[in-house]
Amino acid sequence: MLTFLNHFINGISLGSIYAIIALGYTMVYGIAKMLNFAHGDVIMVGAYVCFFAVSTYNLPPIVGVLLAIVICTLLGVIIEGLAYKPLRQATSLAVLITAIGVSYFLQNAAQLLWTSNPKIFPNMFGGASIKLFGGELIIPVGTLVTIAACIVIMIGLTLFTNMTKMGKAMRACSEDKGAAQLMGINVNRTISVTFAIGAALAAIAGVLLCSAYPSLVPTTGSMPGIKAFTAAVFGGIGSIPGALLGGILLGIIEIFAGAYISTQLSNAIVFLVLILVLLIKPTGLLGKQIREKV
Amino acid sequence: MLKVNNINVYYGSIHAIKDVSFEVHPGEIVTLIGANGAGKSTILQTVSGLLRSKGGSIEFLDSDLSSVPAHKIVAEGLAHVPEGRRIFLQMTVEDNLIMGAYTRPNSEINESIANVYKHFPRLKERRKQIAGTLSGGEQQMLAMGRAMMSKPKLLMLDEPSMGLSPILVQEIFDIIKELHESGTTILLVEQNAQMALSVADRAYVLESGKIVLTGTGAELIESDEIKKAYLGG
Repeated sequence: MLTFLNHFINGISLGSIYAIIALGYTMVYGIAKMLNFAHGDVIMVGAYVCFFAVSTYNLPPIVGVLLAIVICTLLGVIIEGLAYKPLRQATSLAVLITAIGVSYFLQNAAQLLWTSNPKIFPNMFGGASIKLFGGELIIPVGTLVTIAACIVIMIGLTLFTNMTKMGKAMRACSEDKGAAQLMGINVNRTISVTFAIGAALAAIAGVLLCSAYPSLVPTTGSMPGIKAFTAAVFGGIGSIPGALLGGILLGIIEIFAGAYISTQLSNAIVFLVLILVLLIKPTGLLGKQIREKV
Repeated sequence: MLKVNNINVYYGSIHAIKDVSFEVHPGEIVTLIGANGAGKSTILQTVSGLLRSKGGSIEFLDSDLSSVPAHKIVAEGLAHVPEGRRIFLQMTVEDNLIMGAYTRPNSEINESIANVYKHFPRLKERRKQIAGTLSGGEQQMLAMGRAMMSKPKLLMLDEPSMGLSPILVQEIFDIIKELHESGTTILLVEQNAQMALSVADRAYVLESGKIVLTGTGAELIESDEIKKAYLGG
């Protein structure tokens, strides 16, 4: 029973990381109608920034996290401005290929700058843990922080998109860019802000991910990126609660599949579940299907 | 107030608008009428910056709009209720109105919302409802209310009667008259020529991207040509 509980908590924690990454995918998709496949690699950049800040320059972990957020936010805006903005009128296939290109560019740049030797990510939480049931169940503080971060981010984003003018403008742009412009909304700026938010979330996810799995290489972000994309589709791409639900479910399925079925097959099982969900509900679990009245 | 000079708009190689010029004076209701595909909506979209003209000019209150980005035009005092309403279907009625006031200071929004509800009491009843669940007539009211939120000097309406029952069409036109009486200048695009001509001070008739006839509303409603082509008589 305790083992089960332990796996469950680990699943939620891993799922929280997927959810935070998936939010970036889903928000950018919602507004720019594109899949930003470079998103996973922004995670990797964030992790490296934090690694160098903390391990090389001995800065406090919180400063490392903030630096990672700032640099990734800038990176997100630069990527959008240089690579995607000129393609605003292009076909979605051209944008998709560009995104894959940006992804490879970031991975190779990281390899050139930081080599492909794994870096051991510092323990951001000092290795502290909480012991329950007389020491039978040990929960690392990092696991709890990850879950808490996910909850805070979800609440924050929900408030932002529903209560603030900028957040509402983002929703307006994601529905109808032409009508949004008629309202006086600067669509290009709104898209930049969305990329900035997504990239900032990627930085946080990178730090949390590498705290849980401390081996950092230039391809660190790619598999979690693909899985988070899966989570976003699973939950219903474009939907913020969908990203949370998809991410958490994916994390739990992955951990349980690894624990009770087969470690080698855990990824295959994750994707199998995705295929099944999409066969039954093509829009994802919380995907919107809008009926228009005329 | 609005002076459109020789605009030419292309969709790829299709020359959709050919040397169109027209004017709207302060306080008028001006209508552009014409059959489906004549280019009426294209003209409005060009005025509001969503499409661009090759050459020509669009002057509004002494400033040239032809190179101003679309999102800056509403702040000049020009609001556009697009064809098909294009309200934000997944947002609430009130959030749609708030988006309409995007360029205005927050402190003035509540007053403007109250003003819109005065013209459209039905929207007030439904203010927390998701806009996609409104009926067609209510969606049209919301689209018009949303445009009013920017306190426009000139309101451009694209086919406000489209898809509505005759009673609702009458209701919408009554509101158009009301808005006009409260000081808003109106540029109205319609297929419902009868209705449009009956409220308009002046009208332009559009055929295949060209203006073929112009006159006062009363003149055109009596003109044989118009009767034959647009009024079913």
